Amino acid sequence: MDRHITAPISDEDAKSLQAGDYVYITGTIYTARDAAHKRMYEALENHQPLPMDVKNNIIYYMGPSPAREGHPIGSAGPTTASRMDKYAPALLDLGLKGMIGKGKRSQEVQQATVRNGAVYFAAIGGAGALLSKSITAAEVIAYDDLGTEAIRKLKVKDFPVIVVIDSKGNNLYETAIQEYSEI
Amino acid sequence: MRTINVSEITSNIRQMCIEANHYLTKDMDAAMKNALDTEKAPLGKQILNQLQDNLKIAAEDMIPICQDTGMAVIFMEIGQDVHLEGGVLQDAINEGVRQGYVEGYLRKSVVKDPLIRENTKDNTPAVIHYDIVPGDKVKITVAPKGFGSENMSRVFMLKPADGIEGVKNAILTAVKDAGPNACPPMVVGVGVGGTFEKCALMAKKALTRNVDERSQIPYVKELEEEMLATINQLGIGPGGLGGTITALAVNINTYPTHIAGLPVAINICCHVNRHAVREL
Repeated sequence: MDRHITAPISDEDAKSLQAGDYVYITGTIYTARDAAHKRMYEALENHQPLPMDVKNNIIYYMGPSPAREGHPIGSAGPTTASRMDKYAPALLDLGLKGMIGKGKRSQEVQQATVRNGAVYFAAIGGAGALLSKSITAAEVIAYDDLGTEAIRKLKVKDFPVIVVIDSKGNNLYETAIQEYSEI
Repeated sequence: MRTINVSEITSNIRQMCIEANHYLTKDMDAAMKNALDTEKAPLGKQILNQLQDNLKIAAEDMIPICQDTGMAVIFMEIGQDVHLEGGVLQDAINEGVRQGYVEGYLRKSVVKDPLIRENTKDNTPAVIHYDIVPGDKVKITVAPKGFGSENMSRVFMLKPADGIEGVKNAILTAVKDAGPNACPPMVVGVGVGGTFEKCALMAKKALTRNVDERSQIPYVKELEEEMLATINQLGIGPGGLGGTITALAVNINTYPTHIAGLPVAINICCHVNRHAVREL
């Protein structure tokens, strides 16, 4: 089913999304990948504040290529989400409602997603040029020294994603493959 | 003896890094269009359509096809009758990568040390493989490798008794484990034989062979065709979201090996199987 949602995402919207839904996100989301997650995790361990309030927010696992003049961002597709599995449950327990990436997640992340009524979305891997067209503004808000891995605040319009893990624990990667598997 | 100034190598590599990250080779482009025509799953078809749009935008707006513009893997085939002058070859190659990535708006994805992890900010150094070949030409292949798929690659040190069934199982295991992580439809490069490092290098090099070109060895050609058909029955599909096109090609290279061994390496590449080739 096609859905249009706004970000930050409400508890109700997050819970209503189902694995397999094709979702267009409009609003504000944040980027963070390996190095930024490590720093956020260390900040939490040291009882320090995070660079942004994650409550009801969506984190996009993405490190863009540099923007050309006149463009807000360069190529901007998802990176493999499983590298963030170590860090994601702590953020979900703080109220993070959505993650955008690609690829499988651990049992711990799936359980934390269900426990917190959150959603794991996949964006199309390797479609960075196309996806950049749905990003209207980008601003580095933390960890500038990390270059492409800095945390960016993005304004997105109809950013296309697919629900892979929903708040009930359904997993599209598992069900969709079964449907087409012949061996 | 032919003399080539290394500055010529720098300028070519600069251009090739930019070219490979914005345009697919003709064989890959045709394979992606063919995938769209044959995919049976509606969502799979939709994704393949979006990947067509992505390629169009990349070429028209000069936005890299994928934000992971890779670590630059460079194959240098240097004719033994060539004399290189004007500087150190390795420095000239890395200078080409630096210029290509900095001036071409490509992402800098390389860290100086695998554990300290400080970004080198210019995507150097490249991973360079040298081959000395007959003749007076220099053939350069620039193959930027993204790590979503690189991370899903495997080496298996099989026993001779495992035979061809063992090789098939190794390939299928790697592809199944890769699943959606490797951005399917993927290209599967396989090296069979040699030693531990030789089979890995063959698998990497197999990814630079045209996807519509089969092995010259009859049984290897059959194996490539059989494995492609089997992989496409796994149901993984475009984006790993279900479908009948999981791989575009299986390219297998072989080499003599030791009486005690059967090394097999599987180097997985995503649908952005990039490379640029030039001969100087």
